[in-house]
Amino acid sequence: MEPIKAGLAASTEPLLRLRGITKRYGGVRALEEVDLAVRAGRIHAILGENGAGKSSLIKCIAGVVQPDAGTMSLDGAAVRFPSPAAANAAGVVCIFQELSLIPDLSVADNIMISNPPRRFGMIDGRAQRRMAEAALARAGAGNIHPLELVKNLPLSRRQLVEIAKALARNPRLLILDEATSALTAADVETVFRVLKALRAQGLALLYISHRMDEIAELADDCSVFRNGRHVATFPAGTKSDGEVIAMMIGREYSHVFPPKPAPVPTGPTPTLAVRDLSWGETLAGISFEVRAGEIVGLGGLDGQGQRELLLALFGVLRGVTGQVVIEGRPVSIGGPGDAKAPANGMALIPEDRKTEGLMLPMSVGENLCFASLERLSRGGVLDKAAERRAVGEMVKLLAVKTASPDTPVGALSGGNQQKVVVAKWLMNSPRIILLNDPTRGIDVGTKQEMYRLLRKLADEGAAILLYSTDYAELIGCCDRVLVLYGGAVRRELAGEALTESALVASALNVEAVAGEAGLTSAATP
Amino acid sequence: MRDWRYRFDQHKATLSAALVFVVIFGIYAANHPAGFSANVVQTAANKGVLLALVAVGQTFVVLTAGIDLSLGAIFILADCLASWIVIGSPLMTGLGIVGVLLAGLACGAVNGALVIYGRLQPIVATIATGAIYFGLALALRPNPGGDINGDLADALTGQGPGGVPVSVVALVVIMLLVWVPFRRSVLGRAAYAAGSAEVSAYMSGAPVARAKFLAYCMAGLFAALGGLMLAFFTYSGEASSTNAATYTLNSIAAVVIGGVSLFGGSGSAVGAIFGALIFRTINDLLFVFDLDPLWQPLFLGLVLLLAVSLGSLRLLRVRNRLELFGP
Amino acid sequence: MTMRIDPADPAPPGLFKRLDPAVLTAFGCIVALLLVGSLYSTSFLSPGYLLQQLQVGAFLAMAATGMMIVILLGQIDLSVPWLVTVGGMMSTAAAGYGPWGAAFAIPAGVLCGVVFGLVNGVGVAYLRIPSMIFTLGINAVAQGLMILRTGGSAPQDMATPAMHGLATGHALAGIPNAVWIWIVVGAVTVFVLRRTTFGRSVYGIGNREAAAYLSGINTRRIVLLAFALSGGLSAFAGVLLAGYSDKAYQGMGDPYLLPAIAAVVLGGTSILGGRGSYLGTTAGVILITLLQSILSVMQIAEAGRQIIYGVVIVAMLLLYGRGPRVGS
Repeated sequence: MEPIKAGLAASTEPLLRLRGITKRYGGVRALEEVDLAVRAGRIHAILGENGAGKSSLIKCIAGVVQPDAGTMSLDGAAVRFPSPAAANAAGVVCIFQELSLIPDLSVADNIMISNPPRRFGMIDGRAQRRMAEAALARAGAGNIHPLELVKNLPLSRRQLVEIAKALARNPRLLILDEATSALTAADVETVFRVLKALRAQGLALLYISHRMDEIAELADDCSVFRNGRHVATFPAGTKSDGEVIAMMIGREYSHVFPPKPAPVPTGPTPTLAVRDLSWGETLAGISFEVRAGEIVGLGGLDGQGQRELLLALFGVLRGVTGQVVIEGRPVSIGGPGDAKAPANGMALIPEDRKTEGLMLPMSVGENLCFASLERLSRGGVLDKAAERRAVGEMVKLLAVKTASPDTPVGALSGGNQQKVVVAKWLMNSPRIILLNDPTRGIDVGTKQEMYRLLRKLADEGAAILLYSTDYAELIGCCDRVLVLYGGAVRRELAGEALTESALVASALNVEAVAGEAGLTSAATP
Repeated sequence: MRDWRYRFDQHKATLSAALVFVVIFGIYAANHPAGFSANVVQTAANKGVLLALVAVGQTFVVLTAGIDLSLGAIFILADCLASWIVIGSPLMTGLGIVGVLLAGLACGAVNGALVIYGRLQPIVATIATGAIYFGLALALRPNPGGDINGDLADALTGQGPGGVPVSVVALVVIMLLVWVPFRRSVLGRAAYAAGSAEVSAYMSGAPVARAKFLAYCMAGLFAALGGLMLAFFTYSGEASSTNAATYTLNSIAAVVIGGVSLFGGSGSAVGAIFGALIFRTINDLLFVFDLDPLWQPLFLGLVLLLAVSLGSLRLLRVRNRLELFGP
Repeated sequence: MTMRIDPADPAPPGLFKRLDPAVLTAFGCIVALLLVGSLYSTSFLSPGYLLQQLQVGAFLAMAATGMMIVILLGQIDLSVPWLVTVGGMMSTAAAGYGPWGAAFAIPAGVLCGVVFGLVNGVGVAYLRIPSMIFTLGINAVAQGLMILRTGGSAPQDMATPAMHGLATGHALAGIPNAVWIWIVVGAVTVFVLRRTTFGRSVYGIGNREAAAYLSGINTRRIVLLAFALSGGLSAFAGVLLAGYSDKAYQGMGDPYLLPAIAAVVLGGTSILGGRGSYLGTTAGVILITLLQSILSVMQIAEAGRQIIYGVVIVAMLLLYGRGPRVGS
């Protein structure tokens, strides 16, 4: 192992300094005039809600994207990173949330992939193995065999390999984006020990996490981001959880939500009742009910089983246990075809409209009809007149901005594409509507239209289950919110109790952490 | 240190193919009317080495998650070319061999350029170039014929000391000279990485494009080596379209039987060699068991079908049906 | 420096309404070929020659139609060669069973193709084996069965009069029957692709199988049906071919695989699925048939024909068959 340039700890000049960094994607401002200083020998935590600009920040630092304005300096010298490779060369290494490992190669091959040791032009297997072992040891993963294929490792172990791969590049600044999200409790402890050791060696660490307890244990400095702006930086431990959460939320809502009706009277049969639904280690005994006219939200941190819950209800997952009751009838749904059948009347607005919702090169009209081909045809032959009529109605109802129904849907704006996905399912007149983060990445105007539409559908008798990563949306739109943590419903918030701080607190499982230390393991599937 | 377990794991597919081959070949040799003799091995080896060489070529491309349907045509082109130029004095013969191999390399480079830099789909691109290569072969040998350096041909198709078939020795030498360095080179690793997870490989800074190009070049080179061997076995060149088609298809079959994943990223050319040998031996098994040779093609087809169907066992493990559809 | 594989690259507006540049290019090439041919001999523009080309092209058109449906799904059917042969051999075989056999010779041949196609479909849709390798295996099995049948004995392999008439006759308006068949099959295909839930689903699956599945489409059944159709159409091509040459023989389907794929791709259908029109496939079939015919009329040796054939396909692919750019 090569020695790390030590001795920078506690120096006054920060290792990395950002000034006025601004980044826009189209019209959306992801980062606005951000100033930040990261010092060697310290762990610097970045906090913020979903969409606060944390990922844009690290992408700018790691050279994945270029900022539109502002300057970056490393050790006092101005730097620009046109590519991740350039950042690596300067000692800035980032571990992204999505893994970047090659499943069919061995652990050692992966760790040394960008610059393997060579002898006579060939990869020197022994030297590579030594270096990989050293990197694994530094990452606290000495028990991972360097010859093991990555595809045979469980997710949590792969995350450790990812850390080892980053360490093999001898970073001076190491950025970890949700690095513990896939780890088991034991591995989290290991990673923490490793990170503390790296800090002692003089590395600067930028640590992004949603978990308050982790930050309390690890961080030296904390910076809070909100809506693309840097709100504050303070030494860890100087603010209470409540104060931090208040900083993360801020008090500026741009959303306009339709008024909520009086609570739905508890009728005899809910439209959708779910009892003790489980799937592998991802969903653990989920039970709830949704009544006609009700919008029920799914909250919590990203990746706590919300998506899987929707997919399970829609019949996409195999090996789901538990009971699903629709309008009093226990049902067994074998797939989307079953789910959308008139007897069940379900619809799912999927997570990624580009890969799961739409056929981008096909026309708006064709896309709209995909979920209701049975209704629009007789004996397998499409009724063109009925199709045209139905398409016209939907385009009008949702005010889809398209030159004609024959325009390829890929040519529409993101918001209009999303409207097509929703309209496609409304065409089938569903009674149960499952939505998977339907407003992600769309403009505010379309969002508001979407909120009004959801309320209208509920008023017309639909039962709606809405997963959103936007807390404000859950509060503004939903009658009740189920907060998921570790694949189980941890809390149900409704009425007065449905506030952003309650939502954030239960999503972070803060109370639980305060009460029983070490519950983080519950969050790890 | 229990390295052997991991090494075994990495080479499981190849080892299984080798084991299956040993069993099948044992059955074959035990039941051969002439018994287990050097001559039996020599005949079997010569037939097997031809397909093995083309299959090794196919492996390079399949590892990068591509496919080369022109290999049969390159194989035949090399055979026809060899029947013109691999003759005469040792020097002329040597130059002729170099010429044949360069031709194969050039064919592979054209394929690679079209697929990687021309961004054509490998299936269609190599179908079209296959027609061109086969046309060239026909132009060289409108009728079967030609001649080849007989001494060299006899030497390469005969038996070495101890009755070891020379063709097998040649194959082993070629593999040591080409495959082993490839496997241990940065480009070779990049080829595996490109087949396994192209985006990750690219993001990690592996030379993906160059590795894929090299793979197509190597495929052309090995198909030409196969064609050269064919010329040595037959002492002539023949532009047979049936042979071209058969060798293309059988090379894919051999690769699959040898444990190379058609999705790319896993497997080894050594496995493909055993796949080719298995495929050939099954052919001969029917002969020694005195089955009607008419059953042979059907039997081969069913073996191929069964071999590829084993891959669908992985479906049993898929719990989220969306994963079935890939990225 | 991000990896960009942009799926949003939209097709020209009105997928079915406006002509694809690829289809226009294909038709342009047809006209150019005829002009080149007419410089050589004026008979290239005579109706008799053109009708004869269409008649020969009809056999390829059957195989290409099935291939197109499968390619639209994003799959490929490499079992065409021996399913063509199955069609020819099984129909002539049925003719050996007396008058009833002769009467049902054509459906019998097609049915055998459908059965093989169904097996293809099961392998691809339900076992999810890559179509390239599974259909290859079915091709080998079909070959094995046919060799088994013809090898030992000399079975009945003569075409029935009905088959002969279908492939070579001129029952209506002096236009070859085979061309009428092409017209009917083409019209039905256009109707199926554009006006039925099946056709719509085929395009949907070819574009985004996951999205089609999540829309509640029974994607597996559609894929199964498409392969069955492809098998039946290949076999039907074999029936016609056997009628044309009056007998069925081994290897009769060999010259059909590559031209069928080439015709589909040259007609502007994306090999990755989801995009393409039947008009384009028609143009591709005519283009390939004419190319082959003109090359042979000009007495260019087989070698030259193969080379020109390959070069033309590569050139046209480079013009408009390129995939999205990867990397930056």
